[in-house]
Order: sequence, then structure tokens, then C-alpha cells
Amino acid sequence: MKMPQPDADVIARRQQIIKAMQSIVRGEGVISDADELRAYDHDGLMAYKAQPLIVVLPETTNQVSAILKYCHDNNVKIVPRGAGTGLSGGALPLADGITLGLGKFKKILDIDFANRTAIVQPGVTNLAITEAVRHVGYYYAPDPSSQIACSIGGNIAENSGGVHSLKYGLTTNNVLGIELVLMSGDVVRIGGKHLDSGGYDLLGVATGSEGLLGVITEVTVRILRTPETARALLIGFPSNESGGECVAAIIGAGIIPGGMEMMDKPAIHATEEFTHAGYPLDVQALLIVELDGPEVEVDLLIEQVDALARQSGATYVRISESEEERQIFWSGRKNAFPAVGRISPDYLCMDGTIPRGRLADVLNKIGEFSEKYDLRVANVFHAGDGNLHPLILFDANQPGELKRAEDFGADILRYCVEVGGVLTGEHGVGIEKRDLMGVMFTEDDLKQQQRLKCAFDPDQLLNPGKVYPTLHRCAELGRMFVHEGKLPFPDIPRF
Amino acid sequence: MTETLKPENPEQLLDAIKWAAHEGHSFAVRGQGTKQGFGRPVQAGHGLDLGALTGIMAYEPSELFMTAMTATPIAEIKAALRQNNQQMAFEPPDMSVLYGGEGGSIGGAIACNLAGPRRIQAGAARDHFLGFNAVSGRGEVFKSGGTVVKNVTGFDLSKLLAGSFGTLAVMSTITFKVLPAAESIRTVLALGLDDGQAMTAMSAALGSPNEVSAAAHLPAAAAARSGVSYVSGAGAAVTAIRVEGPGPSVEHRCRSLRELLKEFGETEELHSKNSNALWRKIGDVGAFVDGAQVWRLSVPPMDGAGVVAAILSTIDAQMFYDWGGGLVWLGVEASDGGAETVRAAVSAVGGHATLIRADDDVRSRVPVFEPQSGALKDLSARVKKGFDPEGVLNPGRIYEGV
Repeated sequence: MKMPQPDADVIARRQQIIKAMQSIVRGEGVISDADELRAYDHDGLMAYKAQPLIVVLPETTNQVSAILKYCHDNNVKIVPRGAGTGLSGGALPLADGITLGLGKFKKILDIDFANRTAIVQPGVTNLAITEAVRHVGYYYAPDPSSQIACSIGGNIAENSGGVHSLKYGLTTNNVLGIELVLMSGDVVRIGGKHLDSGGYDLLGVATGSEGLLGVITEVTVRILRTPETARALLIGFPSNESGGECVAAIIGAGIIPGGMEMMDKPAIHATEEFTHAGYPLDVQALLIVELDGPEVEVDLLIEQVDALARQSGATYVRISESEEERQIFWSGRKNAFPAVGRISPDYLCMDGTIPRGRLADVLNKIGEFSEKYDLRVANVFHAGDGNLHPLILFDANQPGELKRAEDFGADILRYCVEVGGVLTGEHGVGIEKRDLMGVMFTEDDLKQQQRLKCAFDPDQLLNPGKVYPTLHRCAELGRMFVHEGKLPFPDIPRF
Repeated sequence: MTETLKPENPEQLLDAIKWAAHEGHSFAVRGQGTKQGFGRPVQAGHGLDLGALTGIMAYEPSELFMTAMTATPIAEIKAALRQNNQQMAFEPPDMSVLYGGEGGSIGGAIACNLAGPRRIQAGAARDHFLGFNAVSGRGEVFKSGGTVVKNVTGFDLSKLLAGSFGTLAVMSTITFKVLPAAESIRTVLALGLDDGQAMTAMSAALGSPNEVSAAAHLPAAAAARSGVSYVSGAGAAVTAIRVEGPGPSVEHRCRSLRELLKEFGETEELHSKNSNALWRKIGDVGAFVDGAQVWRLSVPPMDGAGVVAAILSTIDAQMFYDWGGGLVWLGVEASDGGAETVRAAVSAVGGHATLIRADDDVRSRVPVFEPQSGALKDLSARVKKGFDPEGVLNPGRIYEGV
């Protein structure tokens, strides 16, 4: 992974930059000590580390605005950072850039049950929003598995999903408004407690923009009433094929479950050993299907899913009879990553999305790659929306294994694209999938995306080196290709 | 306008835009041409008629998506979906009721980011728009997104093109999410509520665990024009709450909602046929407002009644509420559409107002979309420039100069 060459001139100005930052954020908000900086040298993508120039932890929008304006005027790069749980290296520091941590933006500003909205600062954790509204029976729907730690600002930057996104949508479908500080220092407010916006949907493009377009300083989300009941089925299959078939049959029957998760045999065994959820160990694939809503509806759909599962060849079906049992079903799946972490020194978590109908095919292919690279793999995935998380097991202390694991992962993602899917479903491109962007997009596709970047950040100071494999200068991107002579009037029917 | 070009395939579409981009021409873009009155009048040298780019290209019911050429009629898409008990969950309204003409295309629905009554539960067109192929105003082919819902690969340009009114790029193919249609639908009616009570009642319903899929309030005058006898014959304001899903669940939720709403007054219930008729009318708007000028206001739901009261204290208007009070439709006779009054009332609570229907002359004088200022205005202009630097596509349709 190659990052852009650090700018020696900026590094030489480090003391001056520290002073300028200290005049904006007083007290302990500017971190320049090498030992303290180490805490920020990576995010959730552990394989990559880098020391930032400095870290600044502002507390107000005005401070963020002043910091960005200074950096804009003095050609200093910015890497925005939420809770640092991102899995694609989006918050990997730059040696010549300030890591801007939003961790001090911790306030819940407004909860409005009548309008079903909450306004929070970006450093508030995903789960804290639900906790703040739970006592009245509400929740915030997107629930990435890191929800206890990840911040809502980071969720917006990555357009995070979770196990309930099949029915309740991704972050982008649940955010109503943001306050965004542009690289120029200008503060814009987009959306609010109302729906949609008057002009271009800048909220929509800011969501999932991985810190390349602006820094989010305030967020308005919609909150939902918690369903009356939820029950889950645990379904075991003798093959990946029959599991995949069952997923297609449920969707084909017009049922959109609250969650539909699948695990393969290695994942089942690792999680069972770790959590003792009572998963069957003699099956090849395990499906958790959760139905939520009024009791009468849930009971009806449970019966239908049970029947569809048996028709698809399920050899094991268990239905939760209590809330406690439902939680136990989930305990294995929710701990799948740490469980796999126990059986291997290191693992890489991939994140492709594929058409549901190709589940079994892709799983089998992953099995072939596993043999080719001689590395074990455990698969957990959001089967309902075709979002795979193959966990590639390796040992970073063995020379060459990280590289082999990365090549294995790249092969999986290439295959996802080949069968009609995409490189990343919810973890983002970051640095991890940056160099694979060309598998999915043409040069013109990527240039057009970068022209949007130029509209927000013409000097490319915000999180450069992430997402896009080639940094083009905005002036170059804006130039129109000039033809020799005139184009003929096109030969098209006209009236 | 000298000529209208009508490309028959994506290659010809590219040729047309390339020619215009390099020779300094501009296009007024149309699909089925049913929403030409939506937005500011376009000042362009030529027309670009996408009407020949039709047809469903891929539809896989179990994958929950469809890909269609941009000008494919919504009616054709709906017919194909019906055969598999599926639907476009964002419930695109038929704008031809407001504008005259008939039909409408998928490209038009996406480009205008349309959404019907189910917006509050299922989202707008933007939330169902998965990917596209397009030609930018620079005369370059590009694509974004895919056929799967979970996709964060690169910037989400689908969001940007939804609601861009053809000012950034011309889409040739569109991929969108489709979902199962509900087995059963019913509507609970609460009768005789004033606007303020109705906001509270709708909020209570939407805040209950009954998975309400639409909530509208028709003041007495609007209710009388509904064409659904239970509603028009009520002789009073009607607040309508819709639930959809499996039969027994819908029955259960209706009971629960009637119990919840009885403190507000008398309740009634509509079954499938009447429910469908009522919500179609509400989504299509035209039956309820016939003023020369029609406004669409998006505000925080609980502020709907207050905004309307502020407007009605200055100008006469017909009106009704959708989206639990968050969407207000106004029919106004005043020659400038009462723009100043409407915009002042909306900006007092936060939101945006769109002049959906008015004569060309009015739409040239009065900003059609919520005016922007400062950094946001400049940013929008730069976004336009990034896609269409020469101003080839629908110049001025959203904002002057954009």
C-alpha cells in the first residue's frame, strides 16, 4: 500500500502548525508528543500504522472551522477521525497531515419524540443514540457490530449498515440532516427535521464520502418506534447451496426479515466455542432469521419461514421461545469477529456484496481460493442483502502471510464484482480497497467522482490518498478535452 | 429552439451531448415530457428527447432490483412488478394529474426525486435508486452504483443525480430497488379533527409500534373532493392513517390504532379498494388543489399546522397535509404565488418550499426551489460545474446559472 509522498515543507513547519492549533484549541486539545500520538497511529484496519503530524481534538464547530481554514490557507492536510473503529483504513494518519479527532463532540443536543428525530454531535456513539431514546420505546435503526464504540459521525462518513439494514435501511436512509464544515472553513447546514432538500442532495453524497468532502459537526437522525416483538429462527443446512436457496425462497415469498444472517462451518465452530450459543456443529451453513413486528405477524411469518427452510433442505430448525433465547441466538453471530480472533493470531475482514442468488457459488469459490493461498477462512455474512464478510486467517509474524492474505482478499473482491456485485458493502474503500477501484470503475467513472471531490475541496487537502488510486489535480480534471476542428452535427433523428 | 434531437440508443445520446458540449449548444432534456412545468423554465438552444430510450433491461424479482432504460414508462414498470407481487416502495406519484398529459418515466421520477405517501416509512426515489449509466454535460459516459443495495464503493452519485432535474448528467439506464407489495392494506380514519389536533394524532400513530405506512390530514374542504365516498361524505376533516402487511397483522394494527385514536374523536376504517383509491389521490395531489399556483412545503411534521396558519393569515389557499404533517400542499391564486409569505413561514421552522406549478412567467420571476445563499450556493454551483461546465444540460432549471 503506497501513500502519497509526505510534503517535507509541511513537516518542517510542524512547530509553527502546533502553535497555530494551540491558539485555536486551548488546553489539552493539541497532541504532539510521540508517545501520545501512538494511540492514533491506526484505526480498525490494524495491519497499517502511521504517525500523524499532530492530533487536534476540537470541541466546537467554530474551532473546526478555524482549524480547516488555517489548514486551507497553509496547505496542511486533514484526516478526520471519529472513534477509530473503521475497517478500511479511512482514518490512517498522514505524516504531513493533522488527524482531526471528533471524540469530544459527545453531546446529545435534542430529542424530539413528536417529530421522531434526534440531534446529536458526531462523537456520540451509535448505541448511545438508542440508549437515549429507549426508555420511551424508540431506537436508532442502523446497528453496525461496532455500535458500542463507533461514532455517528463515522457512521455517516462510511454509510454504515448492520444486521437490520435489509428492512430498515443503511445510515443514508436514516440521516435527515448534517452540519458540515468545508475545507475552506465555511459551515453549511443541509437538511434538518424535515425530509429531502431543495437543491442537490449534498447530504446524500456526503454520506459515505469517507471524510473526503467535509467534516461533520452535527447530525440529525430519525428514530423509530421499537417493534412490538421480535423472534428468531436458527436454521442449519447440509450445504451452502441449500442455505442460499432458503435465503432466495424467503425473499421470493415476499418476506423481508428484520435480519437474515448466515455463517459457514468454520465460523459456526469458532463462535460456538467462544460463546456457547448452542449452535449445531454438524451443519455446513447456519442461518439466523429474525422477524419483528406485531406478535400476530411475527408468529405467522415464523411459520412460513420454518416451512420454506424445510423445503430448502434444512436439517435443523430452532425457534426462539423467549427474548432471552433470541438474544442467545444472536450472541454467537454478534461475537463472530472476536471469536475468530481467538483461533488465529490475525485476520482480515473482507466486505464485498453480491447478488443473493450467487451466495453458494461465491462461497465455493472462496473455498478454492483458500486452498490456493493455503490460508483458512471463516465466512459470516448479511445474507439478506448479499453482504459477505469472509474473515481470512493469517499470522502477521510469518513472513509473507499478510501479503498472501491480502492477495486472497483481493481475489474474493474481484470475484464479487465479476458476479455482479461490488467491492464494499459497508466498510468503505479507505486505503484497503483503494487500488481495486479500477476493477469496478473505468477511468472516466473515477474522474467524475473526483470532480465532485474538487467541488468540495479543490486543493485536495481532506483525507488524500484514500478511496481513489490516482490523485489528479483538480485543474486537470476540470479541463475539457478539445477536439481538432468542429464535431459534425451528430447523426441522430431530429425534429 | 431550433431542433430536437431524439437519440435511439446510448451511443447516440453520447454523440448528441458531446456535440453540444464542444460546440457551445444547450439542451432542454425530456423523458416522457410529463413534468416540463416542474422547475424554472429552461432556456436552451435545442431539445433532447429521450423518449426512444425505453424498455426493461433486467428484472430479477428475487434479487429485488430492476434495470430499465431512462424513459421507460412507469406504467410499464408497474405492470411488470405487479406480475410478481412487487412494487416501487417509494410510491412515485403520477404528476400528470397536476400538469396535465399522462404517464411519466422512471428517469423523470428519479431526476425529480419523487415520493408518494409512503415516503415517511420507505424513503423517496433517492433511497431506492441503486445505480445508473449516464452521460455528463462534459460529454463523457460514466456510471455509479450497481444492482445491490449494500454498496459504499466510491461516492454515492446516485443520491446526487436523484433530484438534480437533469442538470448534471443525462441517465441512459437506471437500476432501482423493488420490494414485495403488501398482501393487505387498510386505512383508519379519524373524523373532525382540526389541523393542530391532526398533527398530534398523526404523531401518536407514527410513534406507535403499528408500522404506519402513510399519514395524511384532509381539512373538510379537501376531504369533500376526495372522490372516496366514506371520506367525501364525512362532512368534516378526515385524518387518514394507513397500515399494510399480512392480513391478520393489518387487522390487529387497525384495531390498535383505532383504540389509540379514539381520544381524538370518531374513527372509521377503509379496506383495500377504498384505501388504494384514497392514497392514490393523495399522492397525485391534483384532486385537492386547483389554484393556478401550487406549492409543496417540506417542514418538521409537528410544525405543519403552524406553518399553514401563518400563511393563511395573509393569503387564501387550498391545502392538505401528507407525511404526518411534514408535507403541505397549497393551491394559491395570488399572482406571485404568495412566495414571500410562504417562504417566510417555512424558514421560521426550517424546511423548504417548492413552487410545483405556475405559469412560465411566474416561475421565471419567483424562485421555484428554496433559494440558497453563501457557501451552500457556491458549492452547488461548483458541483454543477464539475458535471456540466459548459451549461449544456437544462440550464437554469433549478437555479439561475445552475
